[in-house]
Amino acid sequence: MRRFPLLLLAAMLLAVSPAMAAPKVLRLALDADPVSMDPHVQLSGGMLQYSHLVFDPLVRWTQDMQFEPRLAEKWERIDDLTMRFHLRHGVKFHSGNELTAEDVVWTLNRLLRSTDFKGLFDGFSAKAVDKYTVDISTREPYGLLLNMATYIFPMDSKFYTGTDEKGKPKDAIVKTDWSFANEHESGTGPFTVALREPGQKWILKRFADYWDKNSGNIDEIILTPIPEDATRVAALLAGDVDFISPVPPQDYDRIDNAKDAKLITMDGTRVITLQANMKRRPEFQDVRVRTALNLAINNEGIVKRIMKGRAKAAGQNSPEGYAGHNPALTPRYDLEKAKALMKEAGYEKGFTVSMIAPNNRYVNDEKIAEAVVGMLAKIGIKVELKTMPKAQYWDQFDAQVADIQMIGWHSDTEDSANFFEYLNMCPNKETGKGQYNSANYCNPKVDELTMAANKETDLEKRAKMLQEVETILYNDAAFIPLHWQMLSWACSPKLKNADKIVNVMNFPYFGDLIME
Amino acid sequence: MFAFAIRRIVQAMLVMLVISILGFSIKQSVGDPIRELTGISVSETEREALRQQLGLNDPFLVQWARFVKNAVHGDLGNSFYFKRPAMEVILSKAPATLELVFVASIIVIVFSVPIGIYAAVKPTSWLSRICMGASIVGVSIPVFLTAILLIYVFSVQLGWLPAYGRGELVEIFPGWQSGLVTTDGLLHLILPSIALSSIMLPLFIRLIRAEMKEVLEAEYIKFARAKGLRERRILLVHAFKNTLLPVITVGGVQLGTMIAFTILTETVFNWQGMGSMFIESINRADTSLTVAYMVFVGFVFVVVNTVVDLIYGVVNPMVRIAGRK
Repeated sequence: MRRFPLLLLAAMLLAVSPAMAAPKVLRLALDADPVSMDPHVQLSGGMLQYSHLVFDPLVRWTQDMQFEPRLAEKWERIDDLTMRFHLRHGVKFHSGNELTAEDVVWTLNRLLRSTDFKGLFDGFSAKAVDKYTVDISTREPYGLLLNMATYIFPMDSKFYTGTDEKGKPKDAIVKTDWSFANEHESGTGPFTVALREPGQKWILKRFADYWDKNSGNIDEIILTPIPEDATRVAALLAGDVDFISPVPPQDYDRIDNAKDAKLITMDGTRVITLQANMKRRPEFQDVRVRTALNLAINNEGIVKRIMKGRAKAAGQNSPEGYAGHNPALTPRYDLEKAKALMKEAGYEKGFTVSMIAPNNRYVNDEKIAEAVVGMLAKIGIKVELKTMPKAQYWDQFDAQVADIQMIGWHSDTEDSANFFEYLNMCPNKETGKGQYNSANYCNPKVDELTMAANKETDLEKRAKMLQEVETILYNDAAFIPLHWQMLSWACSPKLKNADKIVNVMNFPYFGDLIME
Repeated sequence: MFAFAIRRIVQAMLVMLVISILGFSIKQSVGDPIRELTGISVSETEREALRQQLGLNDPFLVQWARFVKNAVHGDLGNSFYFKRPAMEVILSKAPATLELVFVASIIVIVFSVPIGIYAAVKPTSWLSRICMGASIVGVSIPVFLTAILLIYVFSVQLGWLPAYGRGELVEIFPGWQSGLVTTDGLLHLILPSIALSSIMLPLFIRLIRAEMKEVLEAEYIKFARAKGLRERRILLVHAFKNTLLPVITVGGVQLGTMIAFTILTETVFNWQGMGSMFIESINRADTSLTVAYMVFVGFVFVVVNTVVDLIYGVVNPMVRIAGRK
């Protein structure tokens, strides 16, 4: 019954397209398509996924968080400030130009002009040593230079130089209007953009001169954005697409049980946390109250009941595998102790606080917030919760309109220090540190250690420092960690190595994908 | 007739002005487009600079006046997300929605007329009872539920019809990608158009039945019967023609409702039309596109209603004569 219409469809498709050695076409459905063809226009998961399709980084992360050479064949540190990268020879851009050290220098300079990337690359500079060697240096010693090299996707400097048909420079980074770079690409990546209808459909074709001959066998990718969760899953189950991401947690079991679909999950690195604002509420200045908040919230319970086991309860920012992860800092839940601490602090009768959370940003964000309300009620804290769509949430978050606010964080550098810099360091408008620290927690020791860790190029010493920071935050109950979200993808079984091309950054390397 | 037309058109323009104010004031509360345009780690200073550059810091009235001035010249601003003129984006999505509405309308007309007449003529037959019962059910199920049920049954379980999208498209003339001319495109149209018509069809069956019943009681039908005209002629020419007037009125208004329901249908079927584009623009806080779309749809509504009014005036002269006093 099921097979017949599929055969019919296949027959029709064959009738339309001239019969060749059947090309391997991957039909890919994501929740949204990349916002531009210019990799520097926005720093977001979607744009980085795109960058890995059409461009190639100097180095990239492997599934077990090691560095893998891509356009840089090897690299070495030549002093505290500088790392030397040796580029692969004979790599071609889509335009036919050859990749040289000048392209890397040009790309880094462009990153420094990008609103979204300039913060990450603050203090970076690059110098071409010869045609295939480039030195990248930082103003101060920086232990994460190689992590940042995963964000350097060399662009074709010759292609993007000059003025376009509207008389504007081709290398302009434009967020809300037409620009040459928004509509054209020339990278070194496995695929070229053959067709792009924003929000509708992308066709990516295998780049014939791609340098990595040992990568996957996909000839063409048809990317369709399907924002509606249920529709995306239905499209996979109906066999209309081959790979979907993300997968809504309520459908995990359904896909697991389906014959023609395969679920791939992986422990993620995005931590979901709550911040209790000590500036708004004097009660939260008492470490006993903050600890009581941590003790009252049952992280394991939330993971089990709401996340259906598809998350990992957290007791700190850093997930396992990160330098700052301290295995001793486990989630704490002890209702009696929480009540005792509240009594000790003089709040036996409790108090009323306000709380905000987004309702379409994190997996089950609204339900998690509701569960927290119930849990805090048990120690006498009455919570008035307000949830809202993410489009409205961040303004409210910045304005610190509520006493408790939810925030999830994924470290752009895949390193612990990034959590502290944005979430836990003293808020400072000038340096931009503590930008999302709505708890207003401020401990000079945390600041000092984090900054020192960033300058430390001895990675062992650095890890010790970062772990110490996590311990301080834990003992101070500086924030309330909830859990790390799990990442999920689902695909058709004809994709042979789909579980090998995914990673915790959620940048599936489709260039390496092999289809039966 | 001329004065009548002028009056209607002036009214229409006033309505458009009000719509633009309403749309513009809603925009403020949809969200912050700057947040959607930048990564989360971007500093507030950078964000502020971008906000200033896009003129989002200007007072409400200044922004509105700028919008109206440009809108009169046919420029509804740039969509932040698409990085293209909003009008261009809306028009590129229009064919999808129009084709969907077109096919759904055909389904509504083809089924509602015979069923409505039949149910009026033979109100007690078991067939019309079934139809009436089914129409109650149909009108009570929300369109997104109908849509999901259809996908579940016909795409996931049976695997007969595609679950999402428009399928293979052919450009029939510049800017119009049509799915009506390919088999694949037509297959993709079946489920969404059934889902969309599921709301209108019961309504029209009931409307035609009610009007028809009323007309069949009228003196001139009895007179026609007494004259010995053939039943077929009485029903189709004398009776049905007179039920059409209210049906046209309601139809004009419902066409607007239909466009509203396309938002749900398109979202569920990932139909790349104006409805899903509108929802997406809200989710992404692409406020310039949201406002442009509201003004555009407002414009279409106003034009349709004005035209229906004018046609009404032609069909039934009493309307414009009454208006003249």
